[in-house]
Amino acid sequence: MKTATSAWNGISVSDIVEVALLQSYNTRLVVLSTIVLGVASGLIGSFLLLRKRSLIGDALSHACLPGIVLAFMIMVALGGSGKSLPGLFLGAAVSGLAGVGVVLLIRNTSRIKDDTAMGLVLSVFFGGGVALLGLAQAMPQAGAAGLESFIYGRTASMILHDFIWIVSVAGVTLLAGFLLYKEMVLLCFDEGFAASQGWPVKRLDAVMLGLVAAITVVGLQAVGLILMIAFLITPAAAARFWTEDARRMTLLAGALGGLSGWLGASISALAPRLPAGAIIVLVAAGVFVFSMLFGTSRGIATRVRSHRKLVTRVGRQHLLRAVYELLESSSAADVENAPVPNAKIRVADLVAKRSWSRARVQRLIDRALKEDHVDFYNGERLRLSESGFGEAARITRNHRLWEMYLIAHADIAPQHVDRDADMVEHVLGPELIAELEREIIKRGRASIIPASPHVIVPVRGAA
Amino acid sequence: MSPDPHQPHGSSAAPPHLPDTPLAIDDLTVAYHRKPVLWDIDVDIPEGKLVGIIGPNGAGKSTLIKACLDLVPKASGRVLVYGRPYREQRTSVGYVPQRESVDWDFPVSALDVVTMGTYARIGWLRPVRRVHQDIALHALDRVGIAHLAHRQIRQLSGGQQQRVFLARALAQDARLYFMDEPFAGVDAATEKAIVALLHDLKKQGKTCLVVHHDLATVKDYFDWVILLNMRVVRAGPTAEVFNRESLRDTYGGRLALLDEAAQALSQAGQ
Repeated sequence: MKTATSAWNGISVSDIVEVALLQSYNTRLVVLSTIVLGVASGLIGSFLLLRKRSLIGDALSHACLPGIVLAFMIMVALGGSGKSLPGLFLGAAVSGLAGVGVVLLIRNTSRIKDDTAMGLVLSVFFGGGVALLGLAQAMPQAGAAGLESFIYGRTASMILHDFIWIVSVAGVTLLAGFLLYKEMVLLCFDEGFAASQGWPVKRLDAVMLGLVAAITVVGLQAVGLILMIAFLITPAAAARFWTEDARRMTLLAGALGGLSGWLGASISALAPRLPAGAIIVLVAAGVFVFSMLFGTSRGIATRVRSHRKLVTRVGRQHLLRAVYELLESSSAADVENAPVPNAKIRVADLVAKRSWSRARVQRLIDRALKEDHVDFYNGERLRLSESGFGEAARITRNHRLWEMYLIAHADIAPQHVDRDADMVEHVLGPELIAELEREIIKRGRASIIPASPHVIVPVRGAA
Repeated sequence: MSPDPHQPHGSSAAPPHLPDTPLAIDDLTVAYHRKPVLWDIDVDIPEGKLVGIIGPNGAGKSTLIKACLDLVPKASGRVLVYGRPYREQRTSVGYVPQRESVDWDFPVSALDVVTMGTYARIGWLRPVRRVHQDIALHALDRVGIAHLAHRQIRQLSGGQQQRVFLARALAQDARLYFMDEPFAGVDAATEKAIVALLHDLKKQGKTCLVVHHDLATVKDYFDWVILLNMRVVRAGPTAEVFNRESLRDTYGGRLALLDEAAQALSQAGQ
């Protein structure tokens, strides 16, 4: 708590403006590189998510640590500073990919499952890396102090040289992701079909892992290897709540990744004690939670709303159809195909007909009054309005078309149809209605409202 | 000792398969984890036939298709498509995998899936263009669901999903089609549509191999059958080989299945 408070101490509006407008040279480098990184990891993370291989990214990033430390030690031994970023990148990539290789080796040569193999590799490589780090820090040349920043991520300082490296690797990865979009989506959706068409699925998988490795390695410094997986997966998972289209999802994941990177790096520039990686991941997590709640495609709010809508629609249709069937059975039982007149009906008959509770019928009627489907109601009797009557006729017709279709095509005994028809009718679209209509007409039943194919149980009292 | 399936075949080594034989399987053996699934499969499929692959669960029906498509390794033997190895003939072959083999929650539309049938023609790194989408739309139209092109595939019924897979194979514009249980779990309307499509393909001179489960419809749907149970029990024109005796040989002593077979035969004899 205390550190958090002191971390925010002394931040003025002018500081915020300075960071937001990227006025300081160092902030500019840090924020821009993190944005590019975020866009690229959102895109590549989408592939990982669609391929259902999220965890392999985690194994990969953890397995980078021993490579980083070894690369440092070798560079120091060769007389360098040990902090050359390309060298560290190379070491990280080699050991990260070696970790993935071990996972695949375990999976292919033993009966151990994927998740166990990944857990083993992740912890063993990471543990080895931590041990090596201890050794490196004990080296007389020292200078290994900055290496822990690869674990948690720190973007506080950056030189132009680093910036160019990070941005070009991320940029190339991004480009490769765009160029290979079609191949990657095919691989993720249907590997078997892709292979049958001659796409080299194993090599495509390897390319995907290579892209993940590239983005992980350049992201390590900013986000840290523990949190890198969140930077890869979270924007993609958030984007999935907004769209049912892989193209849009991928682009949106890139945008959300960029946004998380920008906000995270900016906040951390303002309060240098807050580790950048954690801030970036928390911002991404915030975006994720917001998307999960309010995403227009599969967010919780959308689902609840569409479920409510469905319940309302089902209720309305049940009420109107019940009224219509009452009118039908009480008016023209003796005359074939006589038009059904609109009239007042007794609410008690409705309750009896549908075995609904009185309270439920009351709620349905209240809503129907609001929707102008009912124009007379005195507690005991009700009458449909003109629009309500038309709607009731339409619903009854659709319902019967559907019943007819089920009987004709699905070999369901007529007495079992009613319930199924109720459920499916409410999700029927207009085009299926048209299709059913053609079907009925083909079978020589052209009347607008086909007679109910099963006997409507007569209503007590009314019949 | 086992011939390398990837080795190019010289004319001297190749047995006399005419190049118009859509599929020639020689001595094919497939093993999973050292346990053989298919033994010494030897069968030549004539052109322009609708061929049913029939057999009990675990008989290796899907494996046979996958081995033909190089999706599972062959322990021995070889498969020739129009006289040449599959990898040289990919563009002549269309594939309809089992519907359950993919995740239908995947964020793509029906049109996107069908367009995948044209990816091999589009080639590496090139984007999908309008002409490819038009091919896909036409294929969707042929299976009667062009109006659902832009629906996400999760929002389609099982039968409609199966039609999407068939349309994708049509978009491949092949001469030989492999279909893995296209009739499994589809509604009656879709079943009719698939049968119509099969006849349509046959009329165009295409050859279709279809893994099929419903013994009662075999006589109606297929003019050729392969009765399979790890080995080929019988293969030939349906009228000649689809009978009580060969079904018993295929399904062995499984009583329930025998009953089913008997029922199928009595229905077929009506």
